[in-house]
Amino acid sequence: MTRSFEQYLRPGVKATAFCPGCGHGILLHGILRAVDELGLDREKLLFVSGIGCAAWIPSPHILADTLHTLHGRAVAYATGAKLANPALTVIVVSGDGDLVSIGGNHLVHAARRGVDLTVICANNEIYGMTGGQAGPTTPVGAISATTPRGNPYPTFDLVKLVLGAGAAYVARYPVTQPRPMTDAIKKAIRTPGFAFVDVASPCPTQFGRRNRFEDVGALYDRTHDLVMPREEAAMRPPSELAGRLVVGEWTPEDLRLGAGIAHDGPGPGGPPC
Amino acid sequence: METLAELLPRAGGVFVQMEDEIASISAVIGASWTGAKAMTATSGPGFSLMMEALGYAVFTETPCVIVDVQRAGPCTGQATRVGGGDVMQCKWGMHGDVEIVALSPWSVQEMYDLSVRAFNIAERLRLPVFLMADEAVGHLHETAEFHERIAVEQRDRRKGLPPFGHPDPGGVPPMPCFGDGENLLVTGSTHDDRGYRKVEEPQVHARLVERLRQKVLLRRDELVDVERHMLDDAETVIVAYGFTARGALAAARELRGRGRKVGLLRLRTLWPFADKEVAALDGRARRVFVPEMNHGQVAGEVRKHFRGDVVGYGQTDGEVIPVATIVREVERIS
Ligand SMILES: Cc1ncc(C[n+]2csc(CCOP(=O)(O)OP(=O)(O)O)c2C)c(N)n1
Ligand code: SF4
Ligand SMILES: [Mg+2]
Repeated sequence: MTRSFEQYLRPGVKATAFCPGCGHGILLHGILRAVDELGLDREKLLFVSGIGCAAWIPSPHILADTLHTLHGRAVAYATGAKLANPALTVIVVSGDGDLVSIGGNHLVHAARRGVDLTVICANNEIYGMTGGQAGPTTPVGAISATTPRGNPYPTFDLVKLVLGAGAAYVARYPVTQPRPMTDAIKKAIRTPGFAFVDVASPCPTQFGRRNRFEDVGALYDRTHDLVMPREEAAMRPPSELAGRLVVGEWTPEDLRLGAGIAHDGPGPGGPPC
Repeated sequence: METLAELLPRAGGVFVQMEDEIASISAVIGASWTGAKAMTATSGPGFSLMMEALGYAVFTETPCVIVDVQRAGPCTGQATRVGGGDVMQCKWGMHGDVEIVALSPWSVQEMYDLSVRAFNIAERLRLPVFLMADEAVGHLHETAEFHERIAVEQRDRRKGLPPFGHPDPGGVPPMPCFGDGENLLVTGSTHDDRGYRKVEEPQVHARLVERLRQKVLLRRDELVDVERHMLDDAETVIVAYGFTARGALAAARELRGRGRKVGLLRLRTLWPFADKEVAALDGRARRVFVPEMNHGQVAGEVRKHFRGDVVGYGQTDGEVIPVATIVREVERIS
């Protein structure tokens, strides 16, 4: 991490607890860069997270107010804090399991209410912390601790889900595209109302190993290869989009046109191998 | 809650109806950390849903007030009928070992007065305080006096001190809030006095759990609140709380009229339990009778502290316990 960002790290926190090659560290860097470039008042900055490896991205690392809550409930805690003190800039950072599985109800309702929150989903398509169980973001066919013969169920497309629920701004980028990812986080923070960023963040330990990515590099190559910009996806038939990581930005305008959400495949991840 | 939706915004407050009770208690905790006095109200299944987050409030020392208007459970039960089955749940429903404070109102007046007290205790001790009402009290219509001035406990928001530790047993650390520039680190995992996760050090966990327990236990004398009726010469003492205590008082008076030496010890706090007050009945009273709308949740506590006969009477049919039933049962055992 760039040395100038050390001012954003909590003193005494020497190293992250993340495994080597975990995407969550890259996302942490992107969030700090976004905060720095926006010149946000750190006294009024509140990070809220749930439970999971991803929930450790802000807590304890970031030197700001941080609220590490319960599994699935970060968005509800954040809603209470934001409504009680609207002067706070409230950013939720949590995992796909946390935000979408156990916490899915809070996510869609906060989007519907239009609470002025930024929610960043560190999406590794798995429950990383607890040993690699499948969740609603696990690709069809993927091997996990609870789908030893391959996941039989389709995934949520988080862009469609959250945009459909009423979000003002939604974006998706992987940590392998740090610049657009960071720009999307900045836009999300500046958006008045509910904003959501789905960040593909590889988990080599729980997802990669089980799905036979020999090393971290191979897993990052997969993420990189699955990326398709939404503009390109708009011109492809749905059959070619299954499992692709369609990246870009979306607003409610896209819903009105009925054309913006590009793919109808089984979610962003798709069969891994 | 419907009244709060009307009145709170007019008083500069915020009301939000969340999607479920888990979200409600979560939002309350989030709001409390910004410095707001925050509360929610629920009943039956909603109370069960809140348990995990209530443990979070205890462990992170977050002041908040929860009104539980008890109804006839278990499960969906008789949704609009009265019950008293949550007495143990508010104390033991969360996983782990906790001490909390629970108050038991018997009138509209006490719904008001004890709400104020609940907030003040929550702020002073940094913990969730339960107003354990029941459906009968919740639906009462009767006159009550609203006070011009009420004593309001202000939160100790001093900065610079550890927000999660105190050198004294049972000490309550100050609680600066989000936006105060303190870079607070709040977590429901075991933490040291600055909030850093310490999930593998036995000493840190033991010390934290014990301080949180002692916050309540060392203050039991100021927290425990009972009302004594006709106890001086009572041979039979009724121990009652909530709506049932109204019937118990009427029954005690009627029994006095029939020449029986009966008194009432009314519990206005359920937790911490009035152990000394119950134990003090020893010597004079021969027996204690505990009518309640559950099967012995308070009677069991009374048995731990009163050495004479303790007879419980549990009624769980969705109806309040009639005065005549209490009269009959006391006559039967006397
Ligand atoms: C109510 C509850 N259920 C289950 C757990 C166990 N648990 C801890 S983290 C986690 C999954 C986290 O997955 P995710 O949010 O995707 O984060 P990741 O570790 O993958 O970054 C689970 C199920 C819990 N803490 N609380
Ligand atoms: S288990 Fe996965 S998500 Fe968790 S730190 Fe390791 S690589 Fe990252
Ligand atoms: Mg995950």
